[in-house]
Amino acid sequence: MSPGERTVVLTVNGEPRTVSVSPSTTLLEMVRTRLELTGSKECCSEGECGACTVILDGKPVNSCLVLALEADGSSVTTIEGVGSGGMTGLQQSFLEAGAVQCGFCIPGMVVAATAFLERVPRPTAGEVREGLSGNLCRCGGYARICEAVLQAAGAGGADA
Amino acid sequence: MSTFDYRRPRNLGEMTELLGRDDAVVLAGGTDLLVALRHHKVRPALVVDLKSVAEVGHEIEADGRRLRIGGRVVMSQLTGNDHVNTHFPALGTAASVVGSVQIRNRATLAGNLCNASPAADTVPALLAYAATVTMSGPDGSRTVPVKEFFVGPGSTVLRHGEVVTEVELPIPTERVGSAFARVTRRRGVDLASVNLACALERSGRARFGFGAVGPTPLVAETTIDELADDAGWDRLLSVTSPISDVRAGADYRRAMLRVHSKRALQAASDQLGAM
Repeated sequence: MSPGERTVVLTVNGEPRTVSVSPSTTLLEMVRTRLELTGSKECCSEGECGACTVILDGKPVNSCLVLALEADGSSVTTIEGVGSGGMTGLQQSFLEAGAVQCGFCIPGMVVAATAFLERVPRPTAGEVREGLSGNLCRCGGYARICEAVLQAAGAGGADA
Repeated sequence: MSTFDYRRPRNLGEMTELLGRDDAVVLAGGTDLLVALRHHKVRPALVVDLKSVAEVGHEIEADGRRLRIGGRVVMSQLTGNDHVNTHFPALGTAASVVGSVQIRNRATLAGNLCNASPAADTVPALLAYAATVTMSGPDGSRTVPVKEFFVGPGSTVLRHGEVVTEVELPIPTERVGSAFARVTRRRGVDLASVNLACALERSGRARFGFGAVGPTPLVAETTIDELADDAGWDRLLSVTSPISDVRAGADYRRAMLRVHSKRALQAASDQLGAM
């Protein structure tokens, strides 16, 4: 542990982890560089785009706006923990709907949509758009992303 | 980000001691602070996280005649709360349009107050419902009406080392109709060009909270009879002083303020009628 570093004890994708970080390290930086879970993306770094979305204690959050030390004692699910035993129905729907273009926003989209479908299992198209309004897609692939989420919901939810 | 130390005090005493330093900042949800840290707008030596301070609550409790919202309560708690939706629906609606789902899961109501943005979405509703703000610090605890909390853009009556521990709303004894309205450039995840809330009592007394049309959020009281003609609306809206900025021109703000205030009053009145 380097001088000034502190220890974070947390659960990441179901596994207990102990990481030492400097206090200014964000949760996003910690999962990407210390835990080498690079699925979560850094994009706007100010909570606008949602590319860094992870589930923190059951709630989707922008991991770029959380200090790693704030997550001490918490449980975090990153994209690597979604469908770790094979693709979820939602991920399958993203493929089938052709929802992935450049792909950079997709980990955040899938994490946000997974949390959204848990909260709203049978959404309307409007609810999907509102529920994913914290995730930007620079390719503009929103129509197919919404379609994929609706399709997954119709097929029995995210884990069907 | 520049380097800083991080502490998570467990009670007000520890917190007050840590915040006694000149170079300490308070962290609640972090949705504004982390951005400010990244852009070096603040360069603290110490970040004091409120998440474990026992006296800064993380719950919404109906305590007889008051609804008590703890200093750590986040926006998504407000949107899903039965007490809020029953007694203070305009606050629930306002909280539901702050940022995105991800932001609402972190951003606190107290933080929205403390940042003192003239456009803070939850404040017009707090003004319309005559909320009070309780603060604690080195000199103990004090409570002020939310309308006295703001000094200017980004500036409040909070003293060095003080934090907001609770926001309280008086639960109305008689029925009240209320509504929130908001104008933005795009539908989601945008700062308001104008926001407002209206609370209308059965007696005809109406209280409006206005945001983004002055250096601080503003409050004005009137009666439904006063608002029967344009002169009454002119008097009501005379407290505001909209400016032109990147989000909207002053004339547009003035026009939208009037239209949406009228709609909010109508919605509040319809709600009273339906009760």
